[in-house]
Amino acid sequence: MSTVNNSGRALPWALVTPALGWTLLFFVLPFIAMGFSSLTAHEGGGFTFANYSQFFTDPSYWRAMVNSLQVTAIVTVVSVLLAYPFAWILAEQVPERWQRLALMVAVLPFWTSYVVRSYSWLLVLAQNGVINRTLTGLGLTAEPLQLANTRFATVTGFVHFFVMLLTLTIFANLKQLSPSYRKAAADLGAGPVRTFLHVVLPLTLPGIMVGAFLTFVLCIGDYITPQILGGNNELLMPQLVMMQIGRRGDFPLASALSIILMAVVTVAYLACARWLKIERA
Amino acid sequence: MSAQTTKPLSALKRHLRAACAATALLLTTGAQAADLNALIWCDHADPALLQPFEEANGVKVNVKEFEGTGAGLAIVEQSQPGDWDVMVIDSIDVPRGVEKGLFEPLPEDKLPVADLFPQVKMDASTVVGGKRYGITEKFGYNTIGFNKTKVDPADMHSLAALTSDKYKGKIAIYDYYLPVIGMAALAIGKKTAELTEADLPAIKAELLKMKANAKLVGEVTASQTALATGEVDILVGGGEWVTAGLAKENPALDFSIPKEGAVLWSQSLAMFKDSKNKDMALKFIQYIISPEGQARLATSACYWGMPANTKAALSDDQKKVLRFDEQPDFLARAQAYPAPNADLDKKMQDVWTEMLQAQ
Repeated sequence: MSTVNNSGRALPWALVTPALGWTLLFFVLPFIAMGFSSLTAHEGGGFTFANYSQFFTDPSYWRAMVNSLQVTAIVTVVSVLLAYPFAWILAEQVPERWQRLALMVAVLPFWTSYVVRSYSWLLVLAQNGVINRTLTGLGLTAEPLQLANTRFATVTGFVHFFVMLLTLTIFANLKQLSPSYRKAAADLGAGPVRTFLHVVLPLTLPGIMVGAFLTFVLCIGDYITPQILGGNNELLMPQLVMMQIGRRGDFPLASALSIILMAVVTVAYLACARWLKIERA
Repeated sequence: MSAQTTKPLSALKRHLRAACAATALLLTTGAQAADLNALIWCDHADPALLQPFEEANGVKVNVKEFEGTGAGLAIVEQSQPGDWDVMVIDSIDVPRGVEKGLFEPLPEDKLPVADLFPQVKMDASTVVGGKRYGITEKFGYNTIGFNKTKVDPADMHSLAALTSDKYKGKIAIYDYYLPVIGMAALAIGKKTAELTEADLPAIKAELLKMKANAKLVGEVTASQTALATGEVDILVGGGEWVTAGLAKENPALDFSIPKEGAVLWSQSLAMFKDSKNKDMALKFIQYIISPEGQARLATSACYWGMPANTKAALSDDQKKVLRFDEQPDFLARAQAYPAPNADLDKKMQDVWTEMLQAQ
C-alpha cells in the first residue's frame, strides 16, 4: 500500500521534472545571472546601482518606457476592437463547414516571416508606396503623407500581427460558449444587443484578457517592428536595450533595462490575474 | 591478456573509452584541419570572396556575422578559447581586443603593409606596444550620400546643407553614433580626433538640428533602402558604402566630401591568440589583403568600400564607381574616426539617445 502511495506521489514529480528542469536551466538561472549583471559596473566590474539609477534619472531613458507603454496600450486596444467583431463574425455568422477555411485564411499572414512582413508594410506605407500612390492618384492628397517611419507605422505593423492572435483566442472563447445562455437570455426577454452586452461579452472577457495580455507581453518586448517601421524617430525599450550592446557591449546596463521591462510585464500580469481571478480558475 | 579474459566488462569499457577518445580526436583534428572560423561583418560572407580561398587551400571558412565591437567581443567571451581564428573589427577598436588578451601579433614581414594607403594604416590603433595586431583591409567615408537628380550637388559640398530648410524632410541619418557625431563635430568646426566632453553640448545642438530635418534614423539596410527608393534624397553618414554597390541600378546616387571634411572609417582583420589554426588564419589574412582578395572584398555583395591595398585588382569601372583616383584628395580632407575612451564613449551614446528621443 505504501509502495503504491510512494509511486503515486513520485509519478507527478517525474512528469513535471523535465519542465521544472527546463525552466530552471533556461529561465531561473539566466534570470539570476542577469540580476547579478545588472548590479555590476560596466567598467571595473564592482557592485553598483548606477545602471538602475541611469534609467530613473535620465529622461531619454524613461521616455523609452513611456513610449513603449503608449504604443503597447494603443496596439492592444485597437487590436481588441478589430479582432472581436472579426472573431464574432467567424464564430456566429460563418457556416460551421466554412469556419476552418475562414480561420485559415484569417491567419494566413502568420505563414510569412515576421521580418518580411514588417518590410512589406514599409513598402506599403512608403512615400512611393501603394497607399500614397492611391491617395495622390485619386487627388485626395497633393503631397504623399509621411506614413512610414512613424509611430503610426509601428502600430500598424503590430496591429496586423496581433489582430490575428486575438481573433484566435476570442474565437475559441466564443465557440466554447453554450447556446443555452443566449436562449435563456431570450426567454427572459433580452434582445440581441442586450444579450450580447450582458451575457456574451462578460463571458468572453477571459478570452479577451488572455489575448490582450499576450498582445501586451509580445508587443512591449518586440524589437523588430519598431526598428523597421518606426524609423528610429523615437526609441522603445527593446531598442534601448539593444543599443547598449551593439558597440559598447554594456551588458550590465542592458540587463538592468531588461529587468525593469520584465518588472512592468509582471505588474501587468498581476493586474490581469487579479482582475480576472485566474488563480481561482 | 589474462586481465582481459578475467574481466571482460572492464576490457570493454577500456576499449569503448579508447574508441571514443580516438573518434573525438579524429573529429577535432578533422575540424581543425578543414575549417577556419571567422567572426565577420556581412561583406566577408560573400561566396565570391570566400570560395577562391576555400578552393585554393582546401579549407571551409565558417563565418558568423556580428554588428558592433561590443557584440563581437561578447561572442568571443562566450566561446571556448580556440573557437575562433580571425575577426573583423573597427580599426579603432583593435586595442580593446588587445587589452582583453585576445589577439595575436601579426607578422608584418609576411603582409603587404607597405602597399596600403598610408593614411589608413591606422598604426595608432592597429599597432600596440610596437606590435601589429590588426591590418586595415577596407575603408571609406561617413559623409553625405545623395541622389544627384533630386538635390543640388553644389549644396552637398557643405555640411550646412544638412540643417538647412531646403532639405527638410528629405534626409535620413545613419544610425551609428560615432561617425555621425564626428560629422556634427566637423560641422561646428571641431577636429574629430580632439573631441572632449566639453564639446558634447554643441555637438548635441547640431545633432538636434539634423534630426529636425530628418525623416528617419536608420541602420545600414533601412538607410540604404530609404535613399535607393527615393524615400529620402540625402543620407547623413552615407558614402561609397551606400552608393557604390547600387551604382548599376541607380547611377544617380553619389557622395561628396564636403569642405568641412568627412569621417574616415576603416575595418581591420585580427588573428586570435588562441587560434588552433594560425597558419591558415594568416593565409586567410594574406588572401584578404592580396590584390585579388582586396578587389573581391571591396565589391562584396553586402556593401562596397575602398580596398586598403593600393594594388587591389579592381577593374576600371569598379575604380570609377569607388572614385579610386580621387582618394589622395579625399584622404587629405578626411578626419579620423572618433575614438573616445570608455567614459566619453558612454557620454556620446547618451547624447545620441537624447537626439533619437527628441521630437
